[in-house]
Amino acid sequence: MTLALHVPGASPVHRAPAGAKLLVLVALGVLLFAVPTWPVAAGALAGVLLVGLWAARLPVRVLARQARAVAVWVVALFVVHALVTDVLTGLATALRLLALVLAAAVVTATTRVTALVAVVERLCAPLRLVGVRPARIGLAVALALRFIPLVAERADRIREAQAARGARVRGPRALVRLVVPLLVSVLQLAHTVGEALDARGADTA
Amino acid sequence: MRRRRAAAPAPDPDPTRGVELLGVGHVYGERTVLRDLDLRLTEHRIGVVGANGSGKSTFARLLNGLVVPTSGRVLVDGLDTATHGREVRRRVGFVFQDPDAQIVHPTVAEDVGYGLENQGVPADERAERVAEVLARYGLAEHADHPAHLLSGGQKQLLAVAGVLVMRPARIVLDEPTTLLDLVNARRIADLVAGLEQAVVVVTHDLDLLAGFDRVLVVDGGRVVADDRPAPAVTAYRALMADR
Repeated sequence: MTLALHVPGASPVHRAPAGAKLLVLVALGVLLFAVPTWPVAAGALAGVLLVGLWAARLPVRVLARQARAVAVWVVALFVVHALVTDVLTGLATALRLLALVLAAAVVTATTRVTALVAVVERLCAPLRLVGVRPARIGLAVALALRFIPLVAERADRIREAQAARGARVRGPRALVRLVVPLLVSVLQLAHTVGEALDARGADTA
Repeated sequence: MRRRRAAAPAPDPDPTRGVELLGVGHVYGERTVLRDLDLRLTEHRIGVVGANGSGKSTFARLLNGLVVPTSGRVLVDGLDTATHGREVRRRVGFVFQDPDAQIVHPTVAEDVGYGLENQGVPADERAERVAEVLARYGLAEHADHPAHLLSGGQKQLLAVAGVLVMRPARIVLDEPTTLLDLVNARRIADLVAGLEQAVVVVTHDLDLLAGFDRVLVVDGGRVVADDRPAPAVTAYRALMADR
């Protein structure tokens, strides 16, 4: 499993402040839901593709991967809406989902995690008043992003180990068999990560 | 959880004192993992060998206060690890066996900068020091790459880089070559040999110990041999042959 994380680059989109990019993303979401017509959705999608592929010079595969991940939902939404309401509503809904998912992918691909974390910390700054330390929330976000692929990799290892010893690796039972060893493995990992944070001077007291 | 002694103001560290273990023992629940350790570690390069479960990893963790001994005291350059843990960890870098557990940020450069951020180093200087360390360890071209896409050897280099960028006075490495192939193990060995800091290396890799100043053999939670590498390794082999 790979995440559409940061794709290094020096385009204007890459250099734009993370806060501004997140704000545009939010505004786009509001617009698409406030004006739910297919020309707006199609325009938004075209705009996102223009920004992502031309302005930010992202490889097509980065966006294609994200589109593939939601393809089933896009098609399902279109079919259901086309049957229940009409084809144009279906088109608007499907394009809207695609535009938003790709817009989010463009933001993550062009923004460093540290910059995103800094925005999160700034947004959480008022929580200081109730005793929450924003830097810790930022660290939690960064850790989550770092460990998603690692946990996925561990899940794969466990699945392989089970398959190598003749277990089925698909279906609900396989999932249940995966959960316990994965949980044990992740807890052990968490313990060492805690030590590593201490060793590297994190303020964990 | 053991109650920590009240923190006193940190005395000035005295690097000539090295690491002192005074009557140190450590117990996990019912299990005694280390006992009766009285050592003074002042040499530049010290190796620690021992069988699985001999207490080596706990020993390593004592040296930078990740583990506080349940009896006795550990002093690093005169600072007690029980009362001055943060100062001690600033002075003693720690490289873990599994780099995956120690890399905490998604991309390479961000991870190297993490420790500096904790030290409050300003952003400009941070970027400069990160770039310098990445260049020194051949990771410059990977600066913006996701850490999880690096090879095992590169990950271990990244883990070491993340520690060295903090410029610790001493470095403890816990089995740094165990997960590596021969080529990468040799790279780490060369890197360790070239470090100006005092190092303590816990290892099963006896080749790594060539050129060390002192080797401790740990067995059953005690130091059973403490010598130059050649006689210590001979003693270790003899000990293992009897099993």
